[in-house]
Amino acid sequence: MRAKYVLTEVFVGLWRNVTMTIAMIITMAVSLTMLGASLMLYLQVGDMKDFYYDKVQVSVFLNTDITDQQRADLEARLKSDPAVQSVFYEDQETAYTRFKDQFRDLPDLVKSVGPESLPPSFRVTLKNPENSDKFAHALEVAAGLNTGDDTSPSPDPSASAAAPSPSPSASAGTTTTASGSADAPIAGIKQVVDQKKLLEKIFGIIGSIQNMALVVSVAMGIAALLLVANTIQVAAYSKRREVAVMKLVGASNWFIQAPFVLEAMFAAVLGAFLAFLALIAGKVFLMDGSLSDLNQVLTPLSWGRVLLMLPMLAGIGAVVSAVTGWFTLRAYIKK
Amino acid sequence: MIRLEHVTKTYPKASRPSLDDVSVSIEKGEFVFFIGPSGSGKSSIIKLLLHEISPNRGKVIVNNKDVTSIRGWRIASFRRSIGCVFQDFRLLPNRTAYENVAFALEVIGKSKAVARRVVPEVLELVGLGGKEHRYPHELSGGEQQRVAVARAFVNRPLILLADEPTGNLDPDTSIEIMRLLDRINRTGTTVVMVTHDSNIVNQMRRRVIEIEGGRIVRDQARGVYG
Repeated sequence: MRAKYVLTEVFVGLWRNVTMTIAMIITMAVSLTMLGASLMLYLQVGDMKDFYYDKVQVSVFLNTDITDQQRADLEARLKSDPAVQSVFYEDQETAYTRFKDQFRDLPDLVKSVGPESLPPSFRVTLKNPENSDKFAHALEVAAGLNTGDDTSPSPDPSASAAAPSPSPSASAGTTTTASGSADAPIAGIKQVVDQKKLLEKIFGIIGSIQNMALVVSVAMGIAALLLVANTIQVAAYSKRREVAVMKLVGASNWFIQAPFVLEAMFAAVLGAFLAFLALIAGKVFLMDGSLSDLNQVLTPLSWGRVLLMLPMLAGIGAVVSAVTGWFTLRAYIKK
Repeated sequence: MIRLEHVTKTYPKASRPSLDDVSVSIEKGEFVFFIGPSGSGKSSIIKLLLHEISPNRGKVIVNNKDVTSIRGWRIASFRRSIGCVFQDFRLLPNRTAYENVAFALEVIGKSKAVARRVVPEVLELVGLGGKEHRYPHELSGGEQQRVAVARAFVNRPLILLADEPTGNLDPDTSIEIMRLLDRINRTGTTVVMVTHDSNIVNQMRRRVIEIEGGRIVRDQARGVYG
């Protein structure tokens, strides 16, 4: 009976300020869509990081004039490194075949390049791909390629020179390479490329897109909250007589405030549902539609993840607007 | 039943206190008039008893409870033991007499069945039998005040506070309302009425407490206005 009273009040209240209610729902929907998109992006990027970082290799490009002996020495050295899982040698012919395949859409480029302009390389797969930056750095130092202005994040040169004692951790294992070869530079290495660095650049770009979506959703969220606060004040004002009588006869604060708070929550949940529809449309028309080519790069977005957004957005929207509503009313009713 | 102990109330930005060291005691079942000129502080007493305002100093005790120590959600249940009537009736214009009274029950969680049993009874008591389904604008001032009294009394409060209940009514209607309040008083309900209607005070011959400048200047059983 109380529930029926409260529910009636909610719908009468929503209908009384119908334009305001619609504005509230739309702002909620837009800000929750942005929030949902950036949440999904966040989860996707996490997946992609796991997926790609696991496959990170370090490419060791060789000078074309490297002798067979130098190459064999280097291969032996790489294979004996405890941090290395496997080493794959790609000669110039193989590199050229792969290059032709990769750029078959650009025949002019393929024509202008011959097998001799592509360097042979070792593809080194590490036991622990996370440490590829340390390994690549150590190898560069050992090969005398490190010019000092290197941007690679962590490795501490003094540590790699100082610690020949083998420790169980994989990172210590990689440093052994560097310290062992500190006396004479390894010959024949042209360039060491850590794929992780390339990935980090890509993820950096994705991250800033995600941050932008977050900033937009927060800004929209603030607008939505102000609208919620305003709508509730208008609703409370239009029911000021009832509120005064309720206070007088001793209705509990909960009972006075519940209809208003539920109004805000209802609008939020409806907004979340619209946002959810927008995200479904985004998946169908963008991810599976016009951007489906990107699926080779991006890990595919699962339906489960889109579905997960409905309870999340509804929950976030409902809680946030309920809290806003509650505090707006407390200030209003105390007067 | 009601006790004020050395109560001082100064509103923010006011130069002098509205109530200045006021002590008064009202027994259960009494009928008390608070009289005095406008701004003498008599309405502040009603607000203190309802816990709408708190005293700066002193204690307000209602039903053996220190009102100033009641916090938060308990204020609501405390107010259920007090009925209140005002000069401006404070009825809901879009509800009938019946619905106005039922509303007071509904919002404190009473069922519709209770309302159906109790509301006609109390409307009958205040003399509105047969006018249950009129809207406030279809009722005279006196009848509207009767609805307000019915609403205040429907929950059978121990105390009925009336803040100038006859202020908007003509003398004859005022006397009818006073008869009604008297009848309610005879059921054992303590009635505290703030007024500056000398006619009524003189006719009723009940306890009169006169306030001037925030202080009690007279407290007389069976008193008159003058």
